[in-house]
Order: sequence, then structure tokens, then C-alpha cells
Amino acid sequence: MSSTKQTENSIPFWQDPSRRAIVYQLATLAVVGFIAYYLFSNTVTNLQRQSIATGFHFLEKEASFEVGESLIRYSAADSYARALLVGILNTIKVAFVGIVLTVVLGTFVGIARLSSNWLVSRMAAAYIEFFQDIPILLQLIFWYAVFYDSLPAPRNALEPFPGMFLCNRGLAFGVPEPHPAYGYVAVAFLAGCLCVYFLRKWARIRQDRTGLAFPVFSTGSAVLLGFPLITWFVFGAPTAMNMPRLSGFNFTGGLTVSPEFTALLLGLVLYTAAFVAEIVRSGIQAVSKGQTEAAMSLGLKPWQTLNLVILPQSLRIIVPPLTSQMLNLTKNSSLAVAIGFPDFVSVANTTINQTGQAIEGVALIMVVYLIFSLVTSAFMNWYNKKIALIER
Amino acid sequence: MTQPSNLSSPAQIDDIRPPLTSIGVIGWIKSNLFNGLFNSVLTLVTFFFLCKIVPPLIRWIFIDSLWSSTSTECRSASGACWSIISANYRFILFGFFPYELQWRPLSAMILLIGLLLISRHRRMWSKTLFYAWTAGLFFMAVLMKGGIFGLAPVESTQWGGLPLTFLLAVFGLAAAYPLGVLLALGRRSRMPAIKLLSIIYIEMIRGVPLVSLLFMSAVIFPLFLPEGLTINKILRAQAAIIMFTAAYIAEVVRGGLQGIAKGQYEAAESLGLNYVQTMRLIILPQALKIVIPPSVSILISAFKDTSLVVIIGLYDILKTTQTTLANPSWMGFSREAFFFLSCIYFVCCYTMSNYSRKLEKEL
Repeated sequence: MSSTKQTENSIPFWQDPSRRAIVYQLATLAVVGFIAYYLFSNTVTNLQRQSIATGFHFLEKEASFEVGESLIRYSAADSYARALLVGILNTIKVAFVGIVLTVVLGTFVGIARLSSNWLVSRMAAAYIEFFQDIPILLQLIFWYAVFYDSLPAPRNALEPFPGMFLCNRGLAFGVPEPHPAYGYVAVAFLAGCLCVYFLRKWARIRQDRTGLAFPVFSTGSAVLLGFPLITWFVFGAPTAMNMPRLSGFNFTGGLTVSPEFTALLLGLVLYTAAFVAEIVRSGIQAVSKGQTEAAMSLGLKPWQTLNLVILPQSLRIIVPPLTSQMLNLTKNSSLAVAIGFPDFVSVANTTINQTGQAIEGVALIMVVYLIFSLVTSAFMNWYNKKIALIER
Repeated sequence: MTQPSNLSSPAQIDDIRPPLTSIGVIGWIKSNLFNGLFNSVLTLVTFFFLCKIVPPLIRWIFIDSLWSSTSTECRSASGACWSIISANYRFILFGFFPYELQWRPLSAMILLIGLLLISRHRRMWSKTLFYAWTAGLFFMAVLMKGGIFGLAPVESTQWGGLPLTFLLAVFGLAAAYPLGVLLALGRRSRMPAIKLLSIIYIEMIRGVPLVSLLFMSAVIFPLFLPEGLTINKILRAQAAIIMFTAAYIAEVVRGGLQGIAKGQYEAAESLGLNYVQTMRLIILPQALKIVIPPSVSILISAFKDTSLVVIIGLYDILKTTQTTLANPSWMGFSREAFFFLSCIYFVCCYTMSNYSRKLEKEL
């Protein structure tokens, strides 16, 4: 005991790693703290000199600017806080629609890339390479320019499909006339989802106990499609459509999507889908061929092979990078500011320009996006834990 | 008894060639385009769409197009108007850089491309190349800025176009790399305070879009500085790009550090090397070699991301193109202009990503 104590005492502190570590950390903290203090004090003096008030009081003031499109009721008389909320909702809207479309298109292209058909595979490769290598901002500006430069005025609108009009005022298409039946259809669909969830659970338990398989897929799809369809018939099968009609200089009726939103969505989806396609391709390729052969030799049918052997393994590889691409899409939607779609960054930018509250505005932007990414990584951790390989 | 020997002698048997339908062009088409009903239909559908799209596109690009005409002639033509490029290429490529001095950004770009081409070969990677890069970057800055060696000084507010895009990307990566390595080491550090600071920095930057950092550089950085001191807009944007890229590099380098076997650390320790020596002599040389391909990917995204400086009003190549399009006589030819721009970006990024893939196979 005493000898150890002696050696400990005889080591000078600069040769003792643990004590040296404390010194290093204190020094780092001091430097970082000093820089932070320096920047902070400069900022405070500068703000005082320019007599800019700090704080978030401006949020309650009247915004007095219009926002192009909004999911909630908003007018120029509302507060900045409400304008920013409109921006957040617009960001969520474009991110949500974009993510759904991106996953669909990306999966499709990724599978096409693996096709044994040479032409299809080459086309998919060309798509991936081309859209990955052009900056997203250039793509957004290009699609937006297509709207105001190349598309005709509403009077000569293009009609790619019957009832769908494309012109420099945006994309207009028909939607079903509102009818109480659609509410019930939605409820029926949700009920169907719940039923399928429990059916799956029950089928798994039964298979574990008795070894008897239950055709979950066919029954499930029948339930998911049948429930809403029956409800639709029961409530009188409404078929009236609200079609866009040309009146004056623009379309009325139907649903009109603004050029800004369409261009933003198109750019984001085409760009991100190229990355998603690569992820899907490498995820499927990562499952070795022996797995397919083993499944086949066990007598599994092709869809069983895909469903029970390939997908569970490739999803484990695909989902983490996929989530980060979804987050990228959300972050890239901030480029809406360049084409005038009122997303959060764009509204915050207007707010900064009007109030001069630059620090608060940029801080708000950062906090909102940090929350988005925290939610995403929380989901990621949950998912990773759920699908982690349980090694026995 | 004689019959079997005849059979076994190889000279007697003619190799039967495979049927004509399974070799050569026909065989290739059959096995790659028409193997099975589904694929045959797929091929025909794809081919149909290609026939619908490609010939008109080629007509538009090459046959009906005008290459050097006035904008009024263009308006009556049915094809692409490449004249917008040939009439404005100097402005698109170099922005507001003084017209008679534009050889300087041009030679800076040639110098950069030359350096990149030299660094392509792995056998060239050495200390000399490192010094060559340092000298090269210095000369590029001198060529752009002027003021010494008898070169007329050019204000950085006049920098623009493709050189600005290149400079932001290359200087951004060069400056972000050391910072990123430090952050990666910090994140792997055993000291909790340093580890925490690194994690906060990396995750915060990776969680926000680059646009917010650029806004910060445009409106908040000036507030950080003491009175009387101003930094120009390009340098502030460059700082934002460096801060942003460093966080991504840190994650890539961390991946490389994790790939180093624990035995390497133990061996270094048992040789009596201290932390700095271990990292400098043993760990980093191996880790940085692993992460070269993903670093090229980061260079590609940094190159693409520089286009975002448009949002804070810098005249990079995207902004100069937009300015050209705002000129009343060239208004409306956005497809041609953006197509040209896409080609520039595509060629640069495609070369780099191809190189990165090649490297990945080699290493």
C-alpha cells in the first residue's frame, strides 16, 4: 500500500495522464468559453450601437405580409408567430408528400437498376447518375423556370391526362365533390388497418402454436380494400367530381397546386429518389445469393423468399441510410426560399428582413430543424433496437 | 476395341458451335432484352418511350438549334438557342471580374484542374504533392486577388462565376479537413468535456440545413466582430461552408478511426508512443487512407452545395446565369442556359464520383 502511494506521489502531475486530462479539458473549456464570451460581448455592443432590441417579443407583433399558400387560416393581420407556424406547416407538408413520393420512386428505380433487362437497368443507372450529379438548387430553379418560361397560360393549358391541366399558374386537377361518405370511408380504412394489425398478430401466434399458416396477405388486402369500398357503396356511392374550369385568367374549382410547390416537390423528389435508388439497390445486393438459393431449396415460393428471407435482411441495411435521406429531403426543402415557396426558412427570412431580428430568426430556423432531426434520430434508434440482429 | 479409342481421342470430335441464336448480337439481345414475357414487354415499352423522346430532343439540341445568332433570330427558331451561351459565356463563367483581366481566373482554374489531374494517380501521393498543393492554392489566391507581383488588385466583390464555385469548394474542403480530423479525434476522446463539445458541434451542424448557416454568415457574423472590423461576404460564406463541411468530414474520419484495429493502438502504446505520436504516426495515416473515397464524395457535395451561396446573393455560376436570363433580350431561354449549367456540374461531379469508385476498388 505505502509503496503505491509513494509512487503516486512521486509522479509529477504533467506525467500523470488522468490529471493531465483534467488540465487539458479545463484549458479547452476556457478557450471555448473565452471565444463565446468575446463573440457575445461584441454582439451585445453592436446591437446596442445599432439600437436593436433583443428577445422574442417581435413574435406577437403584426406580421403585415401575405403568405402565398397556407394550410391554416392566415392573413397579413396575424402575428409573426402565426406566420412562422404557417411556414412550419408548409415545410412539413412538402416534406411529407416528398418523402412518400421519393420512397416510391426510389424503390422503383432501385429495383429497375437490378433488372435483368439491360435497357431498363441502363436507363435506371443513367437516371441515378444524372440526377445525383446536378445540384438540387439548380434543379429546383430549372423546374420553376419550366413553369414560368415554357408552360402556356391557363387559356392554352396542357392536358396530359383528361381532367388534369398544366399551365404557368400551376397544376390543376379534379377532386371528388365533398360528400359525407368520404369521412366514413376514411374511418373504414383506419378500422381495416387495425383489423389487419390484429389479424397478423393472431396469425403469427397461431402459426407458432400449431404450425398452420394463415393467408394474411390476401385476407389483409381484401379487408383493406373491401371495408372502404363497402362503406362507399352503403353511403350512396357518390361519383360527382369537382373539375377545374377555366374562368377569366385562371382555373377555378378542382385542386390547384401552385407552381412553386410543384417545382419544389418535383426537384426534391427527383433528386432524393436518385440517392434512395442507390440505397435500395445496395441493400438488396448486400443479401448474398446463397440466401435466395437456400430459401428456394427449402421450398419457399418466390414471394415467400422475398418476404421472409430477403426483405427482413435488406431492410436492416436500407432503413438507416434511408432515414438520413428523408432528413436530407426535409433540410433541402429549405431551398424553397430560392423559388419563393413560403416554407419555414422563407417566412423566417422575410421576418428577419422586416424586423431586423437576425439572431432570433436564425436561431428559430436552427431550433426547428434540430427538432426535426432529433425526432428522426429518435425514430432511428427505436427502429435499430427493434430490428437489431439477436445473436444467440 | 478400336472403337472406344476413337471416341476418346479429342482430334476426332468437332466442337459443336452453340446455336446462332445464343451467341453474338442475337444471343446478347435475347438474353438481355427478351428473356421472358415480362422483360420483352418492358423492353418494348421502354423502347417506345425512347423513340418518342430522343429524336425530338436531338432535333432540338443539334439540328434546329442556333449556335451564334442574335436573340431576335433565336425567338423565331424552333430549336435550342445556344447563342445565349456563346454571347454571354464570359459573363457566365467569370461574373464581374474585369474583362481584360479574366485570363487570371482562367489560369487559376487551369492550375487547379492540373493539380487535381496530377493527384489522381496514387503513386504521386507524397510530401512533394502536398507542397505543390499548398503552393498551388497560394498562387490561385494571388491570381484572383492580385496586388503583388505587379498584378492589378481585384476586389473580391468582383469575383464570380465558375472560379468562385471552385474556390469555395476547394478552399472549403482544404480548410475543413484539419478541423474535421480534430473534431473526429475529439469525439473519440476519453476526456468527457472534449468529447461532449465535439458531439454538440457535429450533431448541431449536421442537424441544420446549410442555408441557415449561410444566413448566419450573412447577417450574424458581422455582429460578432468588434466595431470597425468587417470581413467581406465571400469570406463569411466560405467560413460557413467550412463550418458545415467540417462536421461531415468529422463523421467520415470517425468511421475511418473506428475501422482501425485495437491492436494498432495497443502496439503504439507498448512502443511508448504518446497520444500525439500514436495518432500522427500510426492511426491517422491508416485511417485517412481508408476514408479517401468518402472524402471525395464530400468534395462532390461541397461542390454542389456551393451553389447555395446564390441565396445570400453571391455571384457564383448559377447567379451569373440567372443574371444573364434577367437581361430582357435573353429572357425566356432558361432551358438552354440551365442545360449548359447542368452539363458543367455533371461533368465535374461525374468525373469525381467515377474516380472515387475507381479508388474504392483499388484501396
